[in-house]
Amino acid sequence: MTQAFRLPTGGIIDRSRPLRFEFDGTAYEGYAGDTLASALLANGVHLVARSFKYHRPRGILCSGSDEPNALLQLDRGARTEPNVRATTQELFDGLIAASQNRWPSLRFDVGAINNALSRLLPAGFYYKTFMWPPTPRWWLRYEHFIRRAAGIGRSATAPDPDRYEHQYAHCDVLVIGGGPAGLAAARAAAHAGARVIVCDENPAFGGDLRGMNDDGSNIDGKARATWIDEAVRDLSGSGDVTLLIRTTAFGYYDGNLVALSERVADHLAAPLAHMPRQRMWKVRAGTVVLASGAHERGIAYAGNDLPGTLLAGAARTYIDRHAVRPGSRAVVFTNNDSAYAAALSLSRAGIAIGAIVDAREDSELTGALAVRAREHGIRIVSGSMVPAAHGSKRVTAVDIESLSGGRGTRVDCDLVCVSGGWNPAVHLFSQARGSLRYDESLAAFVPERSPLAIVAAGGVNGCSDVGGALADGHAAGLNAAAKAGFRGPASYAAPHAEPVAPGRLRPLWSVPARDRSGKRFVDLQNDVTVSDIALAVREGYESVEHLKRYTTLGMGTDQGKTSNIVGLALLAEQLHRPISAVGTTTFRPPYTSVTLGAYPGEEAGAHLEPTRYSAMHDWHVAHGARFINAGLWRRAHSYPRAGETPDDAANREAKNVRTNVGLVDVSTLGKIELQGNDVAEFLNRVYINRWDTLAVGRCRYGVMLRDDGMVLDDGTTSRLADSYYLMTTTTVNAVEVMQHLEALLQIDWPELDVYLTSVTEQWSAAALSGPKAREVLAAVVDIDVSNAAFPFLAVGTCTVRGAAGPMPARLFRLSYSGELAYEIHVPADRGRAMWEALLAAGARYGIMPYGTEAMSTLRIEKGHVVIGPEADGRTTADDLGMGKLVNAAKWCVGKPLLSRPALIAPDRWQLVGLTALDGAVMPRGAKIVADPDHALPNPMLGHVTSWCWSPNLESWIALALVANGRARHGETLWAVSPLADAKARVRVRIGPPTFIDPDGERLRG
Amino acid sequence: MLLIPCPWCGPRNQLEFTYGGDATVKRPLPDAPMKTWLEFVYLRDNPRGPHQELWHHSAGCRQWFKVLRDTQTHDILASGRADEALPGATA
Amino acid sequence: MKYSIFSLARNALSWHEHWPLAWRSPAPKVRYDAIIIGGGGHGLATAYYLAKEHALSNIAVLEKGWLGGGNTGRNTTIVRSNYHLDPNAHFYEFSLKLWESLSQELNFNVMYSARGVLNLVHSPADMDASIRRGNAMRLNGIDAKFLTRDEIARWIPNLDCSPEARFPIHGGLLQPRGGTVRHDAVAWGYARAADALGVDVIQQCEVTGIRIDRGAIQGVETTQGFITTTKLGIAVAGHSGHVAAMAGLRLPIESHVLQAMVSEPVKPVLNTVVTSGAVHFYISQSDKGELVMGGDLDFYNSYAQRGNLPAIELVVSACLALFPSFGRLKLMRTWGGIMDMTMDGSPIIAKLPVKGLTMSGGWCYGGFKATPASGWLHAYTIARDEPHPLNAAFTLERFAEGGMIDEKGAGPYAWAH
Repeated sequence: MTQAFRLPTGGIIDRSRPLRFEFDGTAYEGYAGDTLASALLANGVHLVARSFKYHRPRGILCSGSDEPNALLQLDRGARTEPNVRATTQELFDGLIAASQNRWPSLRFDVGAINNALSRLLPAGFYYKTFMWPPTPRWWLRYEHFIRRAAGIGRSATAPDPDRYEHQYAHCDVLVIGGGPAGLAAARAAAHAGARVIVCDENPAFGGDLRGMNDDGSNIDGKARATWIDEAVRDLSGSGDVTLLIRTTAFGYYDGNLVALSERVADHLAAPLAHMPRQRMWKVRAGTVVLASGAHERGIAYAGNDLPGTLLAGAARTYIDRHAVRPGSRAVVFTNNDSAYAAALSLSRAGIAIGAIVDAREDSELTGALAVRAREHGIRIVSGSMVPAAHGSKRVTAVDIESLSGGRGTRVDCDLVCVSGGWNPAVHLFSQARGSLRYDESLAAFVPERSPLAIVAAGGVNGCSDVGGALADGHAAGLNAAAKAGFRGPASYAAPHAEPVAPGRLRPLWSVPARDRSGKRFVDLQNDVTVSDIALAVREGYESVEHLKRYTTLGMGTDQGKTSNIVGLALLAEQLHRPISAVGTTTFRPPYTSVTLGAYPGEEAGAHLEPTRYSAMHDWHVAHGARFINAGLWRRAHSYPRAGETPDDAANREAKNVRTNVGLVDVSTLGKIELQGNDVAEFLNRVYINRWDTLAVGRCRYGVMLRDDGMVLDDGTTSRLADSYYLMTTTTVNAVEVMQHLEALLQIDWPELDVYLTSVTEQWSAAALSGPKAREVLAAVVDIDVSNAAFPFLAVGTCTVRGAAGPMPARLFRLSYSGELAYEIHVPADRGRAMWEALLAAGARYGIMPYGTEAMSTLRIEKGHVVIGPEADGRTTADDLGMGKLVNAAKWCVGKPLLSRPALIAPDRWQLVGLTALDGAVMPRGAKIVADPDHALPNPMLGHVTSWCWSPNLESWIALALVANGRARHGETLWAVSPLADAKARVRVRIGPPTFIDPDGERLRG
Repeated sequence: MLLIPCPWCGPRNQLEFTYGGDATVKRPLPDAPMKTWLEFVYLRDNPRGPHQELWHHSAGCRQWFKVLRDTQTHDILASGRADEALPGATA
Repeated sequence: MKYSIFSLARNALSWHEHWPLAWRSPAPKVRYDAIIIGGGGHGLATAYYLAKEHALSNIAVLEKGWLGGGNTGRNTTIVRSNYHLDPNAHFYEFSLKLWESLSQELNFNVMYSARGVLNLVHSPADMDASIRRGNAMRLNGIDAKFLTRDEIARWIPNLDCSPEARFPIHGGLLQPRGGTVRHDAVAWGYARAADALGVDVIQQCEVTGIRIDRGAIQGVETTQGFITTTKLGIAVAGHSGHVAAMAGLRLPIESHVLQAMVSEPVKPVLNTVVTSGAVHFYISQSDKGELVMGGDLDFYNSYAQRGNLPAIELVVSACLALFPSFGRLKLMRTWGGIMDMTMDGSPIIAKLPVKGLTMSGGWCYGGFKATPASGWLHAYTIARDEPHPLNAAFTLERFAEGGMIDEKGAGPYAWAH
């Protein structure tokens, strides 16, 4: 018979929409409006999990996100998700769920042996053993089994198919929680004219009142459900109000920014095409009203973890909201009045109540609910406790004993409803640097004061009745709106409900142990018992943080919502200190766990970081380029032809540059325009060399140092006109150099007349290099590019003739390759036209495009240092052979610290060139040693910074930094790469770092 | 997320800015002694409390400016131009 | 009482009611021969080795909060010695060797798990740099292996090794002996062992002043009164500048917030430590099943022990870029610590310019793996009044001398390391 435990009427479920679902392979039915937990209970399924450490049978304890036990594996394939809380997962048709952390099955789990061995497995047992045999290998062996036993659910093995979004929002008032206090606050603020966002983690507003039986008490004279509906409609129709359901506020950050997780499609089998699965909201709120309510807590007694044990409020929720009978014969165990409302619901649902066991004396049971319970004929046993429950995979009976001692009785039952009181959900308040105060009458922590713009209202503020919550919320909402300058119409009145006196609560965290074998659980998920807490104190782990880490109390997926306060109260008892002195652990985001996919949002996959392309990119793609990442840029590495490897292509391209002519895309270089009367002076200060001697129409190579004297960046700077210069930087440092220059001008030298503009993206650029470069260039530009008219290091403007017409260009005669070369810059969108024009003109001269790999080979042959490999952040200009460039007559950034003793020591690693002897291949990442067979550690005399096969020299060459390198020209050392091959060793000859045309004749021709 | 008050653009999300460290260290004159240069480059007060620091509005007006921010609470107490004294700052 | 399976079993018989205190909570004496400020892993290790290796008997550790409550209690547990520069390589290798036998040394299971640390490589330039570093490791006698992309794909199948990734993996440098250690066990293990050797570990005792006379240490002002000593070691991580200022010193250190986070526990999906320089990220899976992740600093000075959302987003984005199948797992907890970032990214384990004063700090965000070596060498420096060859390079003076030890080559910007 399906849904044997569904009540015939009532609840907010939609009986016209039955839903099929599966749990551990068995098919069941539920209704729209069910959670997976309520649907399971409706089918009489209580056993849904095995606990983390002891693998004890576990059932459903709560009805919300505080659930510690009922974590299930949802779905299959790429959408499978572990640790789904059955209590918050809305039921959908075709839902497939499975229990976790058990083998071979839920009913017969081999892991239960841990329970049998539990005496050997108290808190912290793993710190005291597993140390023998005493080798790391043995710990790895033990760990293998421990890791397999640990963890709860299973991760998917295929990529997450769903997408996630981010949304930014601003508001005057953010109301967190849509129960009576939250709705009252939102309405008050909205009516005052403020911009309001109100969110609730449930599928509909109403909070704890949603779907609950009225018990006759009204709000503003209406039934509660009616008032809630009206409130929501009122808010939907009010000015600027955003209503968010299925949305949890999980993190409070600086600047009153609150992060929300909206579960857009988790209640569906799969998101519809237009939907993200989840949406992360980042809300900048003027004031936050925290109306997050409170979580019920239990009482620790032996066997309080048996399936069939629910918190009283949760039992009431399943009955009223979901029309589910969580059992047939119940016992209620409590220390406060709220459980009596649950008892009345139980009674209405036709569940026999064996007893309400109340720790309080009769004289304390004067509340209205207790009176009504008696009137209903429910048996109340006062001044008593439940020391133990019995059963194996379901509770079958409980014992009842008087707190003053004596023999007890045993009562049969299949349902235990426990209430030890309520803990205000203060987490976000604490995240907002709010202090907490221990309230003796509630036996709970309540918000005290926060320096930030957050105010608590309702149940989280300690209000225990609807009337109080409404008033509290209304006042908070008005206050929050007023802070934003909104004072609404005086005609909007606060909602009203008859106040209900809270009744006294008698703190009871655990019952006395009757015998040592009974486990009184505090943290159900991590199997932490009262004895564990006592053990921690016994061993000296006394602070609340030590207790947490030693026992793992509160460290599970439920983050201790039902266990933390009980745990620290028991700690206080053990230490004989007041609870307020013991304090709480630090509350950290997220309030409830948030799906990882929600954090990147759309900035995932290819959009993890932006990708930057040059204007010639499509041409490179069309011509078979192989690409590499250079920072965020995509650059062509080489252009392999059919049958060529990329390295073959690079060699061909490099050889062609020195024999004919080549063209390389250098658009990614940083470009900064400097204008003003003091540019030359500024350049003098930031570069090591002199710039006041640079004539108009000329460019010069420059090196910049950091303030500590190390090389920061290099590039060329050209003087385009009197007070108009263009600086180039390396691709990777373009952003950093720009900020560095801006800082110098704005902070240190505001008196200098210099203006900077970054034009990196405004200009496409290509370098034309090789003996035939002049002929190619002359064919497309309109100026005289003879050696006399445009000598080495000349700069000018010209027009480039493209297929679609002429384009303005800047022309620079500088050379990275060491050949006769020019750099041509055109406005960015003309890049491809310029590129194609040059290639067309160069066809008869054997022009080939070349990529970064060939460019690298060429510059290694020429001995040009590169920021990164050679200038690795630890090298001075002198180390790199550029000491003479440091002009002695002027100051520059970095100069003062250059004279530190270690920076001018004789054995510093200096730039040299290496040639591999004996036809050997230069190993990658090689280190230089004197004796490859030296015992370890083998002193390293240097390392290779850049290396390549030189097609122009036909040998393997490298640039390297070697200790006292400049004094070692002609010496032979060894290059080794034990990572690649422990035996490989290559003899290398040290020489100057320039292999080709050391006198620079080719580039000046 | 830090809401940083750019003196020109107003309060903006921290993502628009780049951090520049201690604003109280002044670049010495070129001929200052080595000790002064070393202090400028390496030594920091690193206070636990109000900290004068530099921020660059990289995704906005590209100005470097000063902020007085408490390093214990992250509360921002003042902001102003790089070349002016901040209200409430002691140095 | 020695911890072992036998004592565990014996105590099980008596329901664990007879376990002794792991450490005493003594009140401070008026005088100690040596005082260590800071009851984290480093401070406790220093005190332990002072007692064990140098037979000092009158030692105290003063901790302002509860022991192990700072960075030791909140890090991502990675240990490794895969450094490029010689001083770092030798130091961290010394530390790794101490880790290998630390459980037995302390009689406390610190769970040193040599599951390997894999640094992913994402470009040819990256590859050169990593191989160079791996070669330096091998020539220094440290284990290193280079893995091709295919080898990595076979070993870690849920890692995205496809060429279409935004930052495709080209290969990786593996240190097989690198791995993880259980952080809480380190603090508790050292505390218990130090206590057993007579060290007074005094919690809730904050140092508020350092008394110096004629350039020599006289003692410390604390919230529990003045305590005399002539040897004072500072081991307070992110509070190094704060405490050094009490001695009139300024340090090349800025305190920055570093966040880290864990996912909900799941069955084993990752059995090694994976890091990536391209996406600034590191991840491992704890023995409880949680994925433990971290990445860059928040990039502003902070003592708040918490950070903001962007840093979390970057870390999780990087995680999912490398492990796309983790997208439906859930983030359970995030936290922050105070990192003492130096101007070259390397620590200061040295005598300070006040007689009797030493420090071990400036650990940036790599201090956890240094714990045993830091303790051992700091203790040596205190006891012998001179550094050991292994920490001789990590002086405060190295900045003035130009002897910076800058692994990244990032320069004098604390947040850049």
